[in-house]
Amino acid sequence: MSSVRVLVGTHKGAFVCEADGKRDKWTVSGPHFAGWEIYHMKGSPADPNRIYASQTSGWFGQVVQRSDDGGKTWFQPGVKPGEDAQSWPPKPSNKFAYDTSEATGKPLTTHQWYDGTQHPWEFKRVWHFEPAPNNPDVVYAGVEDAALFKSTDGGESWHELANLRGHGTGPKWSPGAGGMGLHTIIVDPKNPDRIYIAISAAGAFRTDDGGKTWKPINKGLHSNFMPDPNAEIGHCVHHVAMHPSRPDTLFMQKHWDVMRSDNAGDSWQEVSGNLPTDFGFCIDVHAHEPETLYVVPIKSDSLHYPIDGALKVYRSRTGGNEWEALTKGLPQENCYVNVLRDAMAVDTLDQCGIYFGTTGGQVYVSPDGGDNWQPIAENLPAVLSVEVQTL
Amino acid sequence: MDNQTTASIRVCLPFHLRNLAQVGPEVTVQSARPVTIQSVLDAVEAHYPMLRGTIRDYDTGKRRAFLRYFACQEDYSLEPAGTVLPEAVAEGREPFLVVGAIAGGAI
Repeated sequence: MSSVRVLVGTHKGAFVCEADGKRDKWTVSGPHFAGWEIYHMKGSPADPNRIYASQTSGWFGQVVQRSDDGGKTWFQPGVKPGEDAQSWPPKPSNKFAYDTSEATGKPLTTHQWYDGTQHPWEFKRVWHFEPAPNNPDVVYAGVEDAALFKSTDGGESWHELANLRGHGTGPKWSPGAGGMGLHTIIVDPKNPDRIYIAISAAGAFRTDDGGKTWKPINKGLHSNFMPDPNAEIGHCVHHVAMHPSRPDTLFMQKHWDVMRSDNAGDSWQEVSGNLPTDFGFCIDVHAHEPETLYVVPIKSDSLHYPIDGALKVYRSRTGGNEWEALTKGLPQENCYVNVLRDAMAVDTLDQCGIYFGTTGGQVYVSPDGGDNWQPIAENLPAVLSVEVQTL
Repeated sequence: MDNQTTASIRVCLPFHLRNLAQVGPEVTVQSARPVTIQSVLDAVEAHYPMLRGTIRDYDTGKRRAFLRYFACQEDYSLEPAGTVLPEAVAEGREPFLVVGAIAGGAI
């Protein structure tokens, strides 16, 4: 029988939850990297035993962790504890240096700061790892301050795909309230040279040539808080999701509004429809139904919790616009948690499982596409990210 | 072992860096002479490469904001990296301490 492995990043460590295909009995291991913020963990589609984790701390900076045995043991790429470094000097697996070289031609050194002045780019942390579809040693990292890095040696070293910052709009990017993070990376499974990324608060961008050139893909987004609500960049994109069978169709949870694009982001239409509020962070797509979407509406950008203290996932089976509330098994009173942008995932079992984690430390699963929910864990630290592997 | 060019230096690391390096509360490293803040940290990072970037910023080489350096009851955090440490540290009678600052109550 197939099984699933859920990778949970929290404010105080990483947890690995496993169950068989029934998804009713769970084992939870952890905390790994206790006391550290684990922004994100993700397994390689090409080798499910290969998992990358972003371990970060305000005191000690960024650490990259890798597991080659499905999360049982971890090490910093290139430096296994108890062993000599695999190369000398050891490759700096936690060094993310912005590329300002002449060779890549775009020595971009500043972006817009809160007060409108220009501000130097300063690396803070990795928000998201995206292993490449076909090679476990190739992995992308989305970082704060917003930039895209790539490793081709299993995370031992990183280089920036600098033309993203350098394509022209970079000096106009500015941080959102949560920082200026590159939080979404989607590699087109049919065309690995096509990559979508999203940044708070700059918007969404696309390359069709493996990162050599980029363009903003924000036409149709409307953000009332901006001087020009329809500007080319500056939109606070919270998350973007894609069904692998339809790589030209994208779904976006924006700061306000749920959006869809059917032309690879060239234009967007609002599909918020009958949602009780179209503010939220996460969005995902059913594994087998490319027009079935999931979001968790959050009351507002001033009140980061569900409406009326009732935690509800909303599902659309029509690609947006028509939404239904899913509540069975979820707390319907006194619930004031948030669900962050990278904290929802789906498995690929025949009956698609939906997963999400909350800032209250709960991780929920629905083994039947959202109809019924049950907790996997209820008292973890605040959940920052959830990913699932179908094994 | 001490000789004319190196010295055995005791270094105390904060909890999370001990875990990262999988060591106890105190390690001993061979530092170049003269024994300075920089020579000690260079030796720590050479022997425990997994700590590179966690004590000093990669790009600037500067101490991370929420870490402090102490030796012989003195705060060396704001001293230049080339500052020579007390002879008691160079002789191994006193440790060089890397301490995580008590910096607020983030969750």
